[in-house]
Amino acid sequence: MYNIIDSKYERGAILKVLTKNENICVECHQCEDACSVAFFKAADREKSSVRVDRKKTGEINLTTCTQCGVCIDVCPVQAISRDKNGIVRINKKECVGCFMCVAACPEDAMMYNKDLIEPFKCVSCGICTQECPTGAIKIEDI
Amino acid sequence: MNVEEMRKSHKRLTEFAYQTGTIDRGYNNRTLYINVSTNEIKEKPVSQEMKEKFIGGKGFGLKLMWDAVNDNTKWNDPENTIVVSGGPVCGTTQYPGAGKSLVVSISPATGIVIDSNVGGYFGPYLKFSGFDAMAIQGKAEKDIIIYINGDDGEIVIDEAPDEALDGHVLGEQLTEMYAKDEKDKKNISVITAGSAAKHTYMGLLNFTFYDLRRQVTRLKQAGRGGIGTVFRDKNIKGIVVRYAGTKGNSNKPANFDKVARTGIKLHREIERLDDNLMRIRQVGTANIIEVMSAHDLLPTHNFQYGTHENVVNIHSNVFRDNYLTQGLPDGCWFGCSLACAKAADKFKLKTGPYAGKLVTVDGPEYETAAGVGSNLGIFDPEAILEINFYCDTYAIDTISFGTTTAFVMECFERGIINKDITGGLELKFGNKEAALELLHQMSRGEGFGPIVGKGIRKLKQYFADNHGADYDFLHDIGMEAKGLEYSQYMSKESLAQQGGYTFANKGPQHDEAWLIFMDMVNNQIPTFDDKAEALHYFPMFRTWFGLMGFCKLPWNDIFPESNKYQDEPAKIPEHVQNYVDVYNGVTGFHIDKDELILQSERVYNFQKVFNLRLGGGSRESDIAPYRAVGPVTKEEYLSREDRYNKEMIEKIGMDPSNMTLEERIAATREYRMKQYYKLMDTVYARKGWSDQGVPTIEKLQELGMDFPDVIEVVKRYL
Ligand code: SF4
Ligand code: SF4
Ligand code: SF4
Repeated sequence: MYNIIDSKYERGAILKVLTKNENICVECHQCEDACSVAFFKAADREKSSVRVDRKKTGEINLTTCTQCGVCIDVCPVQAISRDKNGIVRINKKECVGCFMCVAACPEDAMMYNKDLIEPFKCVSCGICTQECPTGAIKIEDI
Repeated sequence: MNVEEMRKSHKRLTEFAYQTGTIDRGYNNRTLYINVSTNEIKEKPVSQEMKEKFIGGKGFGLKLMWDAVNDNTKWNDPENTIVVSGGPVCGTTQYPGAGKSLVVSISPATGIVIDSNVGGYFGPYLKFSGFDAMAIQGKAEKDIIIYINGDDGEIVIDEAPDEALDGHVLGEQLTEMYAKDEKDKKNISVITAGSAAKHTYMGLLNFTFYDLRRQVTRLKQAGRGGIGTVFRDKNIKGIVVRYAGTKGNSNKPANFDKVARTGIKLHREIERLDDNLMRIRQVGTANIIEVMSAHDLLPTHNFQYGTHENVVNIHSNVFRDNYLTQGLPDGCWFGCSLACAKAADKFKLKTGPYAGKLVTVDGPEYETAAGVGSNLGIFDPEAILEINFYCDTYAIDTISFGTTTAFVMECFERGIINKDITGGLELKFGNKEAALELLHQMSRGEGFGPIVGKGIRKLKQYFADNHGADYDFLHDIGMEAKGLEYSQYMSKESLAQQGGYTFANKGPQHDEAWLIFMDMVNNQIPTFDDKAEALHYFPMFRTWFGLMGFCKLPWNDIFPESNKYQDEPAKIPEHVQNYVDVYNGVTGFHIDKDELILQSERVYNFQKVFNLRLGGGSRESDIAPYRAVGPVTKEEYLSREDRYNKEMIEKIGMDPSNMTLEERIAATREYRMKQYYKLMDTVYARKGWSDQGVPTIEKLQELGMDFPDVIEVVKRYL
């Protein structure tokens, strides 16, 4: 009854998603630089929507957004919705900066940075994948 | 009639223009004064001293009230004032529970100052519009609406003859009237009362927020003490604020990152743990219905008993599974991920003027479910929702309605009153139709309803004077102190809670101290000194929420995994540090957790002196009716006979087997009241008060609250 998924996107249609294969990541961090340069004009991994780090267990951990839409439902002002291609996007004008979406994201892919009063996330643009030397991250149609 | 026609019938009384954009580090450094007798509107500066000593929220409310009234002001005198104030953190969107308004006024029920903590968007929008508080004095000639346009810096007062009175209708009307379009509705918040406020002393104020997903105006209540009655006595119909453009830094914090990181940490904690702790996001506060019942602590039949075989019918899961809409971000302000503001959607009303309509019911909160449910012997979830709905829209406090009606029902069952007196209402426990009819009478201002609506203190006198009732017995079973009805916890078996309730400055409301579990269930505060320390610390700590514009729930209705390893787990030390960090992050000050308590202590003592100034605050006013302390009647004693007999042997040193029931009840009473008075003495000493409960001059000096007019008041009593 309260489904707010943007009507222009039909469930089941093709959706471009950034997928990951941690086994072949070489931790060059090129993707982080590419993303942050593209969106924030500075190579600063803290401003990248894709992240490379290690799990507590020592294994490589790639953080990517699956476009699952969990964040859509927690936003109190409906600032998050799917665009016509199904990509989950934040309308910064509407956002009141509560960061509930940051905590609700099951992938930790909704990002916070101290210089910004709104969160930011991956929009499946694929810029990062062009820099990845091994194909550890890819844009795939699902 | 549509809202355009209603708007056309408005008559402009005054207009006022002001400068916006003044907020810095949580303060605008000015308050708004409106006199509805003279239509004077002006700004008042906030001094550095006011910020240091009174902090904000309830502190500002008390300070502005103190300056506005005199020693003899009564609730319905024009100089009585209603102050709404957020506090420095109010309007923060990252930390859960940072959108509360505190409302302060002289109460028709108690004759002293009352304060009530309420959600909805009004407090934050008032601040973003440019004011740390709003004080309303005077009495309008005809019904008015006050509109604060925080985008353009404009305030108007209009005579408004055509809008509805009831909260759920008026809230919708005014939201629609002042919003540009559907999307803009979230930028409006309205304060309303309702049709029953004028006919009772338990009128409340609704504070609205617009729910974008349900597309309805939701109502949160400043419930206690009859502030809605004062509001209607001033002939105010509604107050509207609009502010478009809320952002994460609208409160202009000194250190955004500190506030945001602390907030995200708590959001994550809630995300991880709430489903296995209190389940606030699923059922709101109703989860404690079954917990209280399991501990024999759920007020039942006017606080006589602590459980009932039919409680299963109103367990929180019944509400969750059948009524409350799940999975929505139900915060009463942006950023509350604890989201207790549950609602039952498309609920079909069966009685009253809105019978047959599908409505959204906010709640029920625990207090309501217990107050109008178990305490009235009503174990029907739909009746509880219906009473909840009508209380809110008519502007009746569910707590006072529940406790007062429970008292009336016990009087009815005991034959103290009868159908001739109630106007034909069969006010037996469990009679939901009669309870609802009482409520509808309060709205219409006719029949027995308005008499009941004056509250227990007035009823005791009324039944004794007019119907020959035994006043002393009524005094034993009437659950009020200072004129305010008790909220819905059984304090009988917890000495600390008896004090927590009855010593509370405004009257017996659990928001000052809730110690039942620490005291009775977990036995963590066994000695008098332990109890007195708890009755110092917790009231002070909880007072602080009211200075800030914080909600209490995210303090201890969620706690981190590590909490149980802390020295004092009941304080939730990590969350206390969060509060210190958020306050410092917003204001740029550098307090620690001890200074936090000191901030509260200043305001708390000021409120106590204020009570004395208005003729309250005496030692006598801190004495509980006996039902809050022990078993009044045989039935009550017998319902817990083992517990009471054991107490006779172990604590009192008497052998119950040689005594009649009456003798045992009398001996228990003597013992328990002695304990109660001893607790009073110990707590007064811990607080730095005289044995009559008056703050000493030394204490006020130590706190820096030794203003000449404050000292002048205490001198009368020392
Ligand atoms: S940011 Fe997180 S919650 Fe939102 S779509 Fe991406 S993975 Fe899902
Ligand atoms: S931070 Fe912005 S986008 Fe995220 S939930 Fe809050 S308001 Fe919505
Ligand atoms: S816990 Fe409930 S009352 Fe408190 S701020 Fe959140 S939604 Fe409002």
